[in-house]
Amino acid sequence: MSTEIENQFTAADFKNEQTPRWCPGCGDHAILNVLHKAMSDVGVAPRDTVVVSGIGCSSRLPYYMNTYGMHTIHGRAAAIATGVKTARPELTVWQISGDGDGLAIGGNHFIHALRRNIDINIILFNNRIYGLTKGQYSPTSARGTVTKSSPYGTTEDPFIPAELCFGARGNFFARSFDIALDTTREVLAASARHKGASVVEVLQNCVIFNNGIYDSISGKEFREEHTIHLRQGEKMLFGKNMEKGLVQDGFGLKAVTIGEDGYTLDDVLVHDAHTPSWFLHEMLAMMDGVTLPMAIGVIRDVDAPSYETEVAAQVEKVKGAKGFANLRDMILRTTESWTVE
Amino acid sequence: MLKSTNVQTIEKVVVRFAGDSGDGMQLAGNIFSNVSAGEGNLISTFPDYPAEIRAPQGSLSGVSGYQVSVGKGVHTPGDAADVLVAMNPAALKTNLKFLKPGGIIICDGDSFTPANLSKAEYATDDPVTELGIDPQRILLVPMTTLLKHTLADSGMDMKAILKCKNMLALGLICWLFDRPVDRVLARLQAKFAKKPAVYEANAKVVQAGWDYGHNTHSSLSTYRIETESVEPGTYVDVNGNTATAWGLIMASEKSGRPLFLGSYPITPATDILHELAKRKDLGVKACQMEDEIAGVCSAIGASYAGHLAVTSTSGPGLALKSEGIGLAVMAELPLVVIDVQRGGPSTGLPTKTEQTDLMQALYGRNGESPLCVLAAASPTDCFNMAFEAARIAIEHMTPVILLTDAFIANGSSAWRVPEEKDYPEIKPRFVTPEMLEKGWRPFDRDEETFARYWAIPGMDKAMHRVGGLEKDFNTSVISTDGPNHEKMVQCRREKIARIAREVPRVEPMGDADADTILIGWGGTYGHLLTACNELNASGHPCAFWQFRYINPLPENAVEVLSRYKKIIVAELNTGMFADYLQMHLPGKEILRINKVEGQPFLVKEIVDGVINHMNA
Repeated sequence: MSTEIENQFTAADFKNEQTPRWCPGCGDHAILNVLHKAMSDVGVAPRDTVVVSGIGCSSRLPYYMNTYGMHTIHGRAAAIATGVKTARPELTVWQISGDGDGLAIGGNHFIHALRRNIDINIILFNNRIYGLTKGQYSPTSARGTVTKSSPYGTTEDPFIPAELCFGARGNFFARSFDIALDTTREVLAASARHKGASVVEVLQNCVIFNNGIYDSISGKEFREEHTIHLRQGEKMLFGKNMEKGLVQDGFGLKAVTIGEDGYTLDDVLVHDAHTPSWFLHEMLAMMDGVTLPMAIGVIRDVDAPSYETEVAAQVEKVKGAKGFANLRDMILRTTESWTVE
Repeated sequence: MLKSTNVQTIEKVVVRFAGDSGDGMQLAGNIFSNVSAGEGNLISTFPDYPAEIRAPQGSLSGVSGYQVSVGKGVHTPGDAADVLVAMNPAALKTNLKFLKPGGIIICDGDSFTPANLSKAEYATDDPVTELGIDPQRILLVPMTTLLKHTLADSGMDMKAILKCKNMLALGLICWLFDRPVDRVLARLQAKFAKKPAVYEANAKVVQAGWDYGHNTHSSLSTYRIETESVEPGTYVDVNGNTATAWGLIMASEKSGRPLFLGSYPITPATDILHELAKRKDLGVKACQMEDEIAGVCSAIGASYAGHLAVTSTSGPGLALKSEGIGLAVMAELPLVVIDVQRGGPSTGLPTKTEQTDLMQALYGRNGESPLCVLAAASPTDCFNMAFEAARIAIEHMTPVILLTDAFIANGSSAWRVPEEKDYPEIKPRFVTPEMLEKGWRPFDRDEETFARYWAIPGMDKAMHRVGGLEKDFNTSVISTDGPNHEKMVQCRREKIARIAREVPRVEPMGDADADTILIGWGGTYGHLLTACNELNASGHPCAFWQFRYINPLPENAVEVLSRYKKIIVAELNTGMFADYLQMHLPGKEILRINKVEGQPFLVKEIVDGVINHMNA
């Protein structure tokens, strides 16, 4: 049985008086505004919401929230958020990290937060560049990217965040673009409603150091052909008139036009974010927007026991089983003692 | 073999049990010390174990030792043993150096097999002669043979029978030192409550060991150890790591703040994590994180969320946590960091003791980053100082580093289980509704302590952000203004300095009016106190003070120390605390006694060192 409760919060309740100090035109402005709205959609009070960030341009975000917040140290947001949530499971905890903060210096905490399945909502601002340190390549920069620290192009492959997420046994992954406001709002709210660790990758434009890297996918004239919005239980269709679809092709996926080459609507796959196997989720998440459309929306959303709930349940269980009144009682009942009169 | 028996009374005795890591020497030593404590003796124990988990059986590298001192005026496990119990030739060879001249050796004579002698790298088949041991001082007890006879009808296999060998040695030692067998049996019964067959076998063997001593009058004399009157109450035997964990739980009970531990396994601190993980039964949330950094960071998150937050580690882990601790300094969040010091640098001597993290604790962070540093003086003092660390962290809104060390973490003493009333309430300073009405800002400070107030998520109208960036003194909004930064630096420094108002004053022990004062800090307390007593007893007037509050120092520290002509600092490093004191006493010469061998001081080393300085 579900109970609909009148949502008592508006986006303004989550916004404070500070003026964001990001560059004009930075994708972070859009994400911040959408986050305020998504939080009001979720309906958890600002006083019960904690936003934890690391270091980087996007990690300034907590200063622009009228919630509890921590702007911490480089790479450690996931570990700090884990402490907040484990201590106080009733709070809703968000983590703000960029691709450097989350996947380079913070890579270890990122994978372990997912493995542990702590119920935090990680928003990964992926602009594939280091902005705050003024333009070095990041762990999501494509091979060959020319930056100040790679003047002849990088000689290493990037992480694909979704692949890392699934490799770490993550159970929620969604993707959006900074400029796709409605999609971002939808997936952020979905990530908050998911119980367990969730990752929302927002592909975000850095106007200064990496301007336009997503234009050929998310630009108005390309978006319909180069992205596909996945929705639970719906056919995987895309194109200007939704005339194209994804079908299974051996062990892979193929984009086809319905009515051509003998393909009908029945051949098009139906999205199931809830299936435990990540095999198809990973194939969908790996579509790069060039040979196959880039997937946006909730790609994976699978239930699993969350860490803080299990910890709290175990504490209650052993507390009840042992029934110690306090420290002294525990010592006297479990430790060999003797009395001096 | 010696045949006369008389009973002598002695003040204290040191017994060292040595054998293979798997021989159960710790259990035998533990029961002996517990039974002695029950007889009214003071006790102090020191396990000395190899870094290898299970080195090859019978090999020199596989020997582990467990030293106990029991009796009157016992503050250390003793410089050297009166009795050495060696279970095999390797244990005999490696532990002989810990025996006092004239001390007694009890050894399993059956263990002198060619295979064991070869593993222990003897040149001859006669270890006693080869090691130059006076045959009058060694009892070669056919332990294996006795065991086999005793348990012949038990139906146990040989492997199981041999496991009881430690109990044979225990029985013999209990006879030698007049410990009642029934007390030993009571403890065994408690230990093996769920395994009656194991209890029966062990009990039989203990009795056989006692009887062997009694029937063969194996020694010159048996000994009655003097007792000491102690405060009435219920006592347990506790090691420093367990006491640390319990002190934190007491602080949680006294502050009403739930206890959170974020930690990562590291020798010799891991037992704190083990104990607190067990104490989920008292509501503790103890989390083994993915690394040291996540340990401290999860604790910082839990602190912001309103918990008593702790991270436990040893030196290399403290290095990894530095940046996180700096965040807690800057965000002014309560945080307890336990550093169980071990031999360094780098991986160093992981199972051995040192006091070499002092400078790291005081200064090992970027920027002007003052925090409170405490040090526990003994296994049982770990309880007090863990409680103090939590109290100061919560009441002063600051990280506190508590330094213990491998020696007191693993060593144990008898400890009176405190009553609730023995420890004060800890009072978190929460933001009040009145403050919120008046327009509270997150870095508003208490005028007395300079501590900010604690607002925790869930509180209405107190939503706020903290972080590592500097903020404006008046508005608490982030600021890069230069003069404001300096003001905030001074403010954080003053907050720590004002903790001194609550720190117990220096009141020298020993001969307080002497010209010389012996100074130590942390876990060397027992050795220094014993040395001070011996110095005064031998006509070398000496005062003594052990520092447990390192930063800030007690308010009268400089004034008191200035009175002495000679200040001698003894510590297990090359002079860190001496250098630190020198900063506070620029005009005074600070004399030093140092040792960095991974082992605790010997009392004799301190006594000799002080006399040398006195005569210089």
